Amino acid sequence: MNRVVIVGAGQAGLSCAAKLRTEGFEGEISLIGNEADAPYQRPPLSKAYLLGNLAADRLLLRPLGWYEEQRVTLRTGVEVASLDRAGKRVTLSTGDTLAYDALVFATGAEARPLPDTLLRGRRGVHTIRDRADIEALRPELDAASNVLVIGGGYIGLEIAAVTRGLGNEVDLVEAAPVILGRVACRETALSIAALHEARGVRLHIGQGVASLSGQGRVTGAHLTDGTEIAADVVIAGIGAAPRTALADAAGLDISNGILVDACGRTSDPSIFAAGDCACYRLPDGDLRLESVGNAIDTGEVVARSILENGAGYTPKPWFWSDQFDLKLQIAGRAQPDDQVVVREAPGEAKSHWYYREGALVAIDALNAPRAYQVGRKLILEGLSPSPEVIADASRPIKDIFNATRAALPAI
Amino acid sequence: MTTLTFIQPDGSEKSVAATEGRSLMEIAQGAGVAGIVAECGGSAACATCHVVLPQDVFDRLGPPEEHEEDMLDFADAPREPCSRLSCQVNVTSDMDGMTVRVPAA
Repeated sequence: MNRVVIVGAGQAGLSCAAKLRTEGFEGEISLIGNEADAPYQRPPLSKAYLLGNLAADRLLLRPLGWYEEQRVTLRTGVEVASLDRAGKRVTLSTGDTLAYDALVFATGAEARPLPDTLLRGRRGVHTIRDRADIEALRPELDAASNVLVIGGGYIGLEIAAVTRGLGNEVDLVEAAPVILGRVACRETALSIAALHEARGVRLHIGQGVASLSGQGRVTGAHLTDGTEIAADVVIAGIGAAPRTALADAAGLDISNGILVDACGRTSDPSIFAAGDCACYRLPDGDLRLESVGNAIDTGEVVARSILENGAGYTPKPWFWSDQFDLKLQIAGRAQPDDQVVVREAPGEAKSHWYYREGALVAIDALNAPRAYQVGRKLILEGLSPSPEVIADASRPIKDIFNATRAALPAI
Repeated sequence: MTTLTFIQPDGSEKSVAATEGRSLMEIAQGAGVAGIVAECGGSAACATCHVVLPQDVFDRLGPPEEHEEDMLDFADAPREPCSRLSCQVNVTSDMDGMTVRVPAA
């Protein structure tokens, strides 16, 4: 094992490169990114960076000197054009070829565009994934009065909060009967919807966009219920799709992402995948997550697997979102039919606890860091206070935590 | 330039030139200091950048905000009297020569 080529210079690719070095790998590492930037943080793009509160160089995950110091050859602004599995080499868009002993896909995901039937080539319609997307959006936002956000997922809601904070009139359209339908319980979704409405975001739930209006540039939209909305800028946050084209073309197994085993290995033993683009086949089912934590952890899993000292991936899902003055923190993985217990104790804000067959499986904490930390630890340790105990607002969360840990009677 | 030293639970040290105005977390990340994961990138959302400051620096900074307090109470490494989330502490010139301890998780 002497040459590792990592395709994709985002959080997962960087995590893999860094872990290879801390694990003592002395060989060559090439990190290839198709964006102009060195690896950077994406989460602030829809928050502080769009607001202009964070300079571009503060997004960088490592200063440029780090790559030299760690002997990681970073090539930015370059695509991988083709992969020759038999010859174990990739050809870059520059025409260069790179031989590998291990190849890592960390190609991420890309924003789903609105369908062409809606777009019809109009300007003023954006998606958000890369820093370049924000640079394109910002001047348009500066000149805009009315912003239409399509999609009530995290990106859409964060963008709605930021653009509202910038003083725009903001409409948000969500086709499903509830916002955050795939990723949060009804109670969390209702709290967040109420927050947005209180701050003046007009929510159109259960509505689709029937058509956009405007010649050349978008001027508004018609919703499926006939509502007409003025819009100088449209931002679509309607999900992301894993980037699998190169892996697919090379004949690797694909199933909602590049399919890998628990060690991050694809159907080719010399090729691995990590981060948003990878679907991990684990004992309790297939898992493809789009989150920083997952990108870091799977990048490290792959690094260890390449060096053959891997233990496989044990997911510890967690996530956060900032909207207005709300910090939402989520640990664990909820499913739609989990039992939800609401906890609202004095001085602790609100948290929603998810139970499946009597076991605590996830928590949504709304400005409730203490509850989040406790829930996260209990889930990691496989401990479950009873729903009645969690719902008891008279018991401080710290007591519940200590009692559960000490396996004392929970009442 | 302000020089900071990060010390690991095993006693190993790393001295880093720090830019004023950046957070301790950013400095540690940039230098690849072990134990400072900073998954949330400085949002005080994850508590994976927990450090212990010298008493005098801790006192000078004033108490952390309530959200940080609550995150620290249940950080993976047990909270100590001078614990902070390094993403919430900005480097100032009077920190020159400071030793920052990374607690054992």
